[in-house]
Amino acid sequence: MKKAWWKILCVVLLVYAIIGGLLVKIPDLPVLGETIRNVFYHVGMWAAMFVLFTCSLVHAIRYLSKGNLKNDIAASNYASVGIVFGLLGYATGAVWASYTWADPNNPAFDSFSAVAREPKLIGTAVALLIYFAYFILRSSIQDMDQKARISAVYNIFAFAMLFPTIMVVPRLLPSLHPGQDGNPALNFRDSSPAMRMIQYPAFIGWALLGVWIATVSIRLNYIKEKHFIK
Amino acid sequence: MKSVITLFKKDLLLEIRQQYSFYGILLYMGATIFVLFLAIAEPEKEIWNGLFWVIQLFICINAVAKSFMQESRARMLYFYTVASPVHFMIAKLLFNSLLMLLMTLISLLLFLAFIGNPAEKLLPFTGLALLGGFSLSMVFTFLAAIAAKARQNAAIMAVLGFPLIVPQLMLLMKLSNAAFFAGQSFQWSDILLLIALDFLVGLLSVILFPFLWKD
Repeated sequence: MKKAWWKILCVVLLVYAIIGGLLVKIPDLPVLGETIRNVFYHVGMWAAMFVLFTCSLVHAIRYLSKGNLKNDIAASNYASVGIVFGLLGYATGAVWASYTWADPNNPAFDSFSAVAREPKLIGTAVALLIYFAYFILRSSIQDMDQKARISAVYNIFAFAMLFPTIMVVPRLLPSLHPGQDGNPALNFRDSSPAMRMIQYPAFIGWALLGVWIATVSIRLNYIKEKHFIK
Repeated sequence: MKSVITLFKKDLLLEIRQQYSFYGILLYMGATIFVLFLAIAEPEKEIWNGLFWVIQLFICINAVAKSFMQESRARMLYFYTVASPVHFMIAKLLFNSLLMLLMTLISLLLFLAFIGNPAEKLLPFTGLALLGGFSLSMVFTFLAAIAAKARQNAAIMAVLGFPLIVPQLMLLMKLSNAAFFAGQSFQWSDILLLIALDFLVGLLSVILFPFLWKD
């Protein structure tokens, strides 16, 4: 029970985020309207994704310094749960965009490519492609130790290249997405103080949920691979 | 420093002795650009730009891929006993960037000859193409090391590399658009960003290669 405090915190924060997110008084903004409530869920997915990818990076570094296969299993599981949250982020974003961006009177939205040429979408697509490539690299190597070492090296290299991507791409393309200059998750010009009271706890809650899911799948894999790990 | 130069000389000597790979890349480049010439006559500036950088990307993959795969297991073991991984990696980075600079120059000449010259400012664009070739070779040298360790062909290198090269390619395409239209000026901050990215890649390759190197 001692170690479970953060799981309880996660449930409490998410219940608070869902109930509070539906009840809180929102600023009445043009176009956005009530859809702004999606910020608690959509942006939370990205927060969780980045926390999970960062955990994966930390375990990759620890694998290279200690050489314990447990860290390798953890790194790959954090990455796979991170991918799931990335896809969920796309899904919640698509729902949101269909109410705000999709405009039958605007010819710019006739084609998919017009909407897809969006810095935030491209940045995330790059992140997801990197981690898909990570799993392809893993599955192409038979030897367990070699697989762990080479994929840890790629993990670190890719993560270090991911951050320039997220910072560079928005400077090159125009965007409809809020939070154009800087980090969209931490830019709250459009939100009210009341919303911020729910935003931060919601992000922490989603990130904790992601880590929770990942730790369950890591423990499952520890049992599967128990003959190989110390 | 001395061992870096020795390793670099070794790569150069191998390239001169085994000329098939060098001419192979030249032929690959010539054939690709010739096919483009047959397929499209005088493309628009944006299309020229996109084609040029995509062709650079594929030339780079072909030119750099063999740099680690040509080293057999036994030879790697020999290097392991006589050289440090950092020197080995720096020599490879130097050699591949030199090779890629040469290839970029040749492919730029072929593009200008066959597909036309859309650039208003040719000299800055040449410099930009060389910087781009250098950036590509830095990223793909390290990925070639990873792919060679995984005992895979060049295909996995492309899969690993394409997402990583996106920021550099987008920066390069934006900068080359400025070279194509007389009214636009170069953004020095973008060029500095490219150089900073190259520096980051070089640093990461030197830090991470020792982990790949030991079997």
